[in-house]
Amino acid sequence: MGLGLNLRRALGAVAMLGALALPGLTQAQQAPVNTLEAIRARGALICGVNTGLAGFAQPDSQGVWRGFDIDYCKSIAVAIFNDASKVRYVPTTAQSRFTALQSGEVDVLYRNTTWTLSRDTSLGLDFPTVNFYDGQGFMVKASTGLKSALELNGATICVQPGTTTEQNLSDWARANHISFTPVVIERLEELVAAYVAGRCDAYTTDASGLAATRAAQPTPADHVILPEVISKEPLGPAVRQGDARFADIVRWTHFAMLVAEELNITAANADQALASDQRPEALRLLGKTGDLGKMLGLDNAWALNVIKAVGNYGEVFNRHLAPIGLQRAHSPNAMWTQGGLQYAPPFR
Amino acid sequence: MSQTSIDPRSLRAPPKRPIRLSWADERIRGIFWQLVVVGIVVAIVWWLWSNTVHNLEVRRIATGFGFLNREAGLPIAESLINYSPTNTYLRALLVGLLNTLKVAVVGIILATVFGTLIGIARLSKNWVLRTLSATYVEVIRDLPLLLQLLFWYAILQGLPGPRQALHPAEGLFLSNRGLKLPWIQWEGAHSLALVAFVLGAVITFFYRRQAIVRQMADGMPRATWPVALVCLAGLPLAAWAALGAPFTPDIPALRGFNFQGGLTLSPEYFALLAGLVMYTSGFIAEIVRAGIQAVPNGQREAAQALGLRPGAVLRLVVLPQALRVIVPPMTSQYLNITKNSSLAVAIGYQDIVSIANTTLNQTGQAIEGIAIIMLVYLTISLSISGFMNWYNARIALVER
Repeated sequence: MGLGLNLRRALGAVAMLGALALPGLTQAQQAPVNTLEAIRARGALICGVNTGLAGFAQPDSQGVWRGFDIDYCKSIAVAIFNDASKVRYVPTTAQSRFTALQSGEVDVLYRNTTWTLSRDTSLGLDFPTVNFYDGQGFMVKASTGLKSALELNGATICVQPGTTTEQNLSDWARANHISFTPVVIERLEELVAAYVAGRCDAYTTDASGLAATRAAQPTPADHVILPEVISKEPLGPAVRQGDARFADIVRWTHFAMLVAEELNITAANADQALASDQRPEALRLLGKTGDLGKMLGLDNAWALNVIKAVGNYGEVFNRHLAPIGLQRAHSPNAMWTQGGLQYAPPFR
Repeated sequence: MSQTSIDPRSLRAPPKRPIRLSWADERIRGIFWQLVVVGIVVAIVWWLWSNTVHNLEVRRIATGFGFLNREAGLPIAESLINYSPTNTYLRALLVGLLNTLKVAVVGIILATVFGTLIGIARLSKNWVLRTLSATYVEVIRDLPLLLQLLFWYAILQGLPGPRQALHPAEGLFLSNRGLKLPWIQWEGAHSLALVAFVLGAVITFFYRRQAIVRQMADGMPRATWPVALVCLAGLPLAAWAALGAPFTPDIPALRGFNFQGGLTLSPEYFALLAGLVMYTSGFIAEIVRAGIQAVPNGQREAAQALGLRPGAVLRLVVLPQALRVIVPPMTSQYLNITKNSSLAVAIGYQDIVSIANTTLNQTGQAIEGIAIIMLVYLTISLSISGFMNWYNARIALVER
């Protein structure tokens, strides 16, 4: 339902005004420079996620949040508390997400957010890493018989406002001399409903979002994702600027999951690896030797705990993104050893 | 008791005495407390402002209105002025402002007309009409506006696609892409004719005023309609003909994905307009009914006894008195329409809030974005209440 949307957006913006104007009301807002301490004092991580995107963040039939982004939220909670349940999920729209982070309403955003220069500099945010390489595409109804996005001249296109998608769309249309009519609706569910109802000829968003939406349709075969990928969309977490230590934790938790995959350490065999693995980097990763965890201000077994709780990168990908039809092999999300871009600096 | 003979007026206006600079003087105390209150307000505003500036600096969030001159890059579906994504944020916001005004102005006019008709129907002697309009008012007023907007939008999305569009008449198409109407290719002559029409309306207005003044003087009624006809129809036609009477019909036709040409009424605009008009007309109907019922029946009977015809009774006796009751609450309804139009974002109509939100999201400058939205609504609302207060003062009962 859209009843909550205006309220939430308005509250987000007003909350930000309030938070900026009235310091000292809450600990989190008075001390944004030490997010880790604020999270520990609160006893839970507050994670900004999507309002509902299959594969990334969506509540299941029992109301339990599940998805790729959700597992990443859990990984941070485990790194800090060794308890995957110490997370509060705050659904954010495309428009409310940055305000929510800036105002201290959430500690970290895991919400299919594209890292761009202007966001990195003028929003007061930092993008510690990229956990999913995406690109913008188009989906149309199979009945239109379209084979290429270049055939979309004159079409009506559904797009979420306040996204890089919206700007990419107009850049791409201008470059290819394509005219189009936009239909912009903030809530994803209502936007998709408009596309399905035929208000738009095409729906554009990141390819991962298209796959998720297509998989959620009663008959996915009725919808076709066109081959063109018109942009680079490096998706990753965002944190407030000015707290390098917390950004380090977010960054290296992702790297720990990558290195675990590199070393073939999984949720199932992590304890066994701890007991018997002799590889030096594995021992450092699992906290048996060295004190990499302490350097981050965490328990030395943080990476071990993360791997046991959510698994390595490949496990998280296969659990949530493979079922909605996203290919990992031969994509930028493959490990660097297999020609992809997922690469972690050394653990030493 | 000699005190009982004091003139009561002297109690209301105590005699003037010189101000003493003393705590005992109530005027000095009054000034002191007023200064304290002003001081507290100024201090709070200063404190909020300086904290905001400080926090923005600490969080390294960009400030200032420099972003207005940057390229917006955001596509806008409907615009009253030329716009492309290469234009600046300033122009995008202007488009949003015009879209807000487009729905607010048309909404106010339609809601007034519908509301008045329904309000009068509620007083009808016809049982069916009276009951229908009463039901309408009760149902419409009780449902949340957002729900009504989503309802209208869902209905419009249920219409067939452009290829199966309803096609009741030549050049008229109704589909889930909106209503397409035949239109003309707009040229300079049409703009001139429009100017001539406005000019004609002004002349008619002043002629009519003069005619009434002269009727007051000599008792002779003077017909206004010949002048009105010349000014309102003749003048624009002459202007149009003088520039060669251009007329090229612009008939919509299905080309590719959508209809090209013609005039478009988008589903987003229509759903918003329908929702606002229906919701507000429910309230206006009640205001109109209350206004008419506030005029005592004796007034009507007295006017009839003087030999005035029914139209003149309504125009000269009932309406002037009813309007005094109607106008002040009507101002609130007009303000409500304007402010409620911001619910447009829910159904994808790109009004000022939608565009300012996208702008603040892309530039990250929430404070400036919110300030722009507040400034726009404040300006529109103050203009409406300013005009309505002027009108209210004009029709107010002149007491002597």
